[in-house]
Amino acid sequence: MLDLTALATCFTSSSCLVMQTSTGVIIGMLLFLVASGVTLIFGVLHVVNFAHGAFYMIGAYTAYTAYGATGSYFAAVIVGTLTAALVGVLFERLAISRVYKENLLMQVLVCYAFVLICDDLVKIIWGSEYLAMGIPDEFRVPPLRLVGGVVPVFYVFLIATAALVAILSLVLIRYTRFGKIVQAAARNATMVSVLGIRVPIYFAALFGLGCGLAGMAGALAAPVRSMTPGMGLSVLIDSFIVTVIGGMGSIPGALLAALILGLTRSFGSIGFPLFVDGAMFMMMVAILVFRPQGLLGEKAVR
Amino acid sequence: MNMSSPLLRVFALAAAVMAVLLVIAALNPSVWLLDTMTGLFASALLVMSLHLLIGYTGLVSFGHAAYFAAGGYIFGMVLQMPAFIAAMGSWSVPAATLFAMAGSGLFAFFVGLICARLSEIYFAFLTLAFQMLFVSIIQGLVAYTGGDQGLTGGIPRPEFLGLNLAQASDRYVFAAILFVLGVLAIRLVTLSSFGATLRCIRDNERRTAFLGVNTYKAKVLVFTLAGSIAALGGVILAVFTSAAYPEWASWSVSGEAIFMIMLGGLNSFYGPLIGVVVMRAINDVTLLYTTHTELTKGLAILFVVLVLRRGILDWIMDRHKNRTRSKTAASPARKEQTDVAP
Repeated sequence: MLDLTALATCFTSSSCLVMQTSTGVIIGMLLFLVASGVTLIFGVLHVVNFAHGAFYMIGAYTAYTAYGATGSYFAAVIVGTLTAALVGVLFERLAISRVYKENLLMQVLVCYAFVLICDDLVKIIWGSEYLAMGIPDEFRVPPLRLVGGVVPVFYVFLIATAALVAILSLVLIRYTRFGKIVQAAARNATMVSVLGIRVPIYFAALFGLGCGLAGMAGALAAPVRSMTPGMGLSVLIDSFIVTVIGGMGSIPGALLAALILGLTRSFGSIGFPLFVDGAMFMMMVAILVFRPQGLLGEKAVR
Repeated sequence: MNMSSPLLRVFALAAAVMAVLLVIAALNPSVWLLDTMTGLFASALLVMSLHLLIGYTGLVSFGHAAYFAAGGYIFGMVLQMPAFIAAMGSWSVPAATLFAMAGSGLFAFFVGLICARLSEIYFAFLTLAFQMLFVSIIQGLVAYTGGDQGLTGGIPRPEFLGLNLAQASDRYVFAAILFVLGVLAIRLVTLSSFGATLRCIRDNERRTAFLGVNTYKAKVLVFTLAGSIAALGGVILAVFTSAAYPEWASWSVSGEAIFMIMLGGLNSFYGPLIGVVVMRAINDVTLLYTTHTELTKGLAILFVVLVLRRGILDWIMDRHKNRTRSKTAASPARKEQTDVAP
């Protein structure tokens, strides 16, 4: 069960170390994109989007189709992101916004229904077999050499894109007019609407942004992971673990936690393959017991 | 005497339901009906035990199927040990059922210890997370649980009290007994003073704590109790399929259980039972036309949550209340009108 010698061997070999670290970082960055959407939506709208995994799936599948149609991976990522954002706005307007004031049970049920419908629609449109996009042509180039190890160029692109998007969304929320209005509306929506601002539009836009981030993560993950209906669930669980460890509502916390989780996953697959999920849960339980607000969360939650 | 009259009524109702269910078995019905009813009993125990958490304590658990599946797995794994059957003889099945309840309850107790400290959103997804952990443990321990393939190879079910569980009719009787006893136990909990404490917690946990109630302890206790009763549903399903599968603990089982409560009616004790039957009907009718049951279930949920905004029994009760209210309200209103008219 525990293979510490394999782990120790990996730590002494720089090629293994570079390989596992880069894998861990891409898992972490993809998780971060999904989790930052969950955290943004919760921070402002105070709903936990249990359907967030579905948007990841939508992003991946639409990117797959767009890549097949255009042959351009960049276009595919844009299509995946925008489709997920658009569906997110529709979902917010037609369903979630009607249960903002209801209890948790209603919100959970609406999300659950949405996931069921999405999973079945994906089965109808794309079939229920595993699909694989493969590494796009743009990135079929020799890997980079880095401190004695090799890193595929696609990984570098993926990490850079995710980091850029993370910085942009943080800037958008903290420093722009849009972000300030949204933050104000999170505190007191009635007051903001009295000032003549159409709060529902901002809420829908924010929900769309969160879903777009999940869709982008799905589109970015499509070349390195296989696609299947229901693929959103494990991503959803992981992103919840990330938000709990990092602190609900904290974007830097989500980044830190996502990287910790990604590295645990990649190194854990060598050292304790059967216990990777268990280790992540142990971390989450420890956080919940000793520091319920999360690593970088501000308010105590109970 | 006055105190015990609601209790008497509950026991009388349980005895009557048991009698009716046994009469159905005696009428020699088709195997299809017996099997359908057996399946309904299993879901009903899952749903009613979850109702104790959601409807009576306000704890939205998204991972209740874990205890349901744990019941089935423990039952099957215990009975697959030849030593256990040798020791217990003809009492193997009842003993294994008790083991399943105790083991599942213990599992729920440990999860409850952690989850009951948390507020509602954290509670919901932490219970879901523990369910996923349970599934990954089952899939990992291939040597004991059969991993992805499930606990196959058949579960030996020695005869006891003249019940041969290989037969559909005897299986039905066994399931009916567990169903009636399980629902009776839940009903007694809701009628007890502990049940009143739970409703207090649901309505306002902080005030309940001010009254000197240890709400954390109460929540852990009810979580444990609900987990061990859900295990009975898993036992029925394990008896029925002579196996146990990791899909029983999938998140859609939990989500569907939550929906069945909502569909039947959250505000009455027996409402969720209606939800169980209606859900089964939606499922089976859809299967006549297409395999895409998830799509119709999803649309049904959206309809109930966004349009009806309450369960079937709650909707009927509200209509009934409105009608009686409008009748009593209508007569004075008319009088006023006639007063004004001339």
